[in-house]
Amino acid sequence: MPQKINIDQVAELARLNLKSGERAKLAADLERILTYVDQLQGINTDHVTPTSHTLALENVFRPDAVVPSKIRDAVLQHAPKSEGAYFKVPKVIGDVS
Amino acid sequence: MTELFRLTLKEALGFVSGNRSKRDQLIQELTDRVKTVDQKVNAYIHFDPERFNRDQEVPASGPLYGIPISIKDNLTTAGWETTCASRILKGFVPPYDATVIGKLRAAGAVLFGKCNMDEFAFGSSCETSCFFPTRNPWNLECVPGGSSGGSAAAVACDEAIAALGSDTGGSIRQPASFCGVVGLKPTYGRVSRYGLIAFGSSLDQVGPITKTVEDSAILLGAIAGHDPLDSTSAREPVPDYTAFLNRGVNGMKIGIPKEYFAKGLDPEVESAVRNVIRDLKKLGAACVEVSLPHSQYAVAVYYIVAVAEASSNLGRFDGVQYGERYPARDLREMYFETRDRGFGNEAKRRILLGTFVLSHGYYDAYYLKGLKVRTLIKKDFDDAFKNVDLIIGPTSPTPAFKLGEKMDDPLAMYLSDLYTIPANLAGLPAISIPAGFSKSGLPIGVQFIARPFEESTLFQASSAYEAETNWRKKRPAL
Repeated sequence: MPQKINIDQVAELARLNLKSGERAKLAADLERILTYVDQLQGINTDHVTPTSHTLALENVFRPDAVVPSKIRDAVLQHAPKSEGAYFKVPKVIGDVS
Repeated sequence: MTELFRLTLKEALGFVSGNRSKRDQLIQELTDRVKTVDQKVNAYIHFDPERFNRDQEVPASGPLYGIPISIKDNLTTAGWETTCASRILKGFVPPYDATVIGKLRAAGAVLFGKCNMDEFAFGSSCETSCFFPTRNPWNLECVPGGSSGGSAAAVACDEAIAALGSDTGGSIRQPASFCGVVGLKPTYGRVSRYGLIAFGSSLDQVGPITKTVEDSAILLGAIAGHDPLDSTSAREPVPDYTAFLNRGVNGMKIGIPKEYFAKGLDPEVESAVRNVIRDLKKLGAACVEVSLPHSQYAVAVYYIVAVAEASSNLGRFDGVQYGERYPARDLREMYFETRDRGFGNEAKRRILLGTFVLSHGYYDAYYLKGLKVRTLIKKDFDDAFKNVDLIIGPTSPTPAFKLGEKMDDPLAMYLSDLYTIPANLAGLPAISIPAGFSKSGLPIGVQFIARPFEESTLFQASSAYEAETNWRKKRPAL
């Protein structure tokens, strides 16, 4: 059974303002890919542990030590907008009327 | 005298020999080469010969002194634009070097140019670059492969002595095979990914694209090793990889996975790979059939796992800290418009797909299922490597395809990584080396896969085969 996609909802979650011209094609592409992916449903994976990565690593810790970082200015220099030591963005909350 | 741009990395080291004026001569000839042929190939997206005169940070000596290395544009280079071939990062000048870039600089190498790629490494043809497609030097109507297509094409047509690429599902090996060069994906964790702009964090690896296996061994030695800045980098010691060259394959046990020779494999590719197996047998290797029964599911697993990780990794591109911002009256509109305008079609497709498989109600059915089948794919390799030292198969099911041929069919494009994806899912090292040419004159690659951290075995076997062939004598006519 091919998976139907609510493209507007997924686009909202993905923070994409899809234009009307892209929506139908992307939804069709996604449904086709998911139909292909659906072949996995037939594989028995009872008692199989998921693999999220392939290294035999436990947590990697380092001392929580303060080290000086001098790249603040370089970082801010390439921000689309900044002010003083901050990134600047448009208003977060709309006008209260 | 040989034209300097034709030198291998090893030969270039011999030529420069720590001499500053020879270094400059090599860079000059290579620069002239780029000026002559890159208008046809389009391998570079950021190339500025003036930089070499300004660049004062290069040490006066080092194991790679004076060697120009070209860099895929998803590795950050301090002070030098790094875009991932995406509109959303146009104009981004990183304030820091990727660890591999720092290692190259410290070794005395010269960062030569930044190479074209599929946008954020999403693609197998270099056509999703926001700049322009790169072309295959062997046939300009064909793609160079991807996503490290610019790096592979540059090395193939002597616009680079050697290059770095990155490989998430085949992005080093597949373009190397399409362009007739050597491409190595190291073991997951072997090379630091600090400063590699992330695509699929459980899969990505940086690796060399070179003219010879020896060059690959030299360059891997220069970039491999533990890095405290990458918590997934491994602590295994880095051997002298060049010590494994030319040891031969006598007594080596090689597995031929029957699933890699199934339907869909181009007959010319199959016959080239079978010839490699025949030659290795002549050299004393024992070849046996092995089975990787779940490898047929690798593409399906990959297009869950890799896109899920990509959608998460690409969340950081929101127009706040770097790159392009679409001016909007409120923050929400700024995020949504910046992302919609900044990302290309394939990036949006993968972000949406990744978001979907991770979303509430679908996580178990898709993402978790994918991770479980990934376990089965890895187990297939674990079982096979109990009996063999090495696995051999094709790198790509076909030689290079035509530009535009698969751009409207994402699934067909994805399936071109059928044989390369399993090594990423299992975290294994794998190399693609030239194995001949199709009747139409396109290169064909063969892939060797080894146990984790046994890149040395890859170099040993592939150098033995390479020494028996003279594929490298044939160069693309440009």
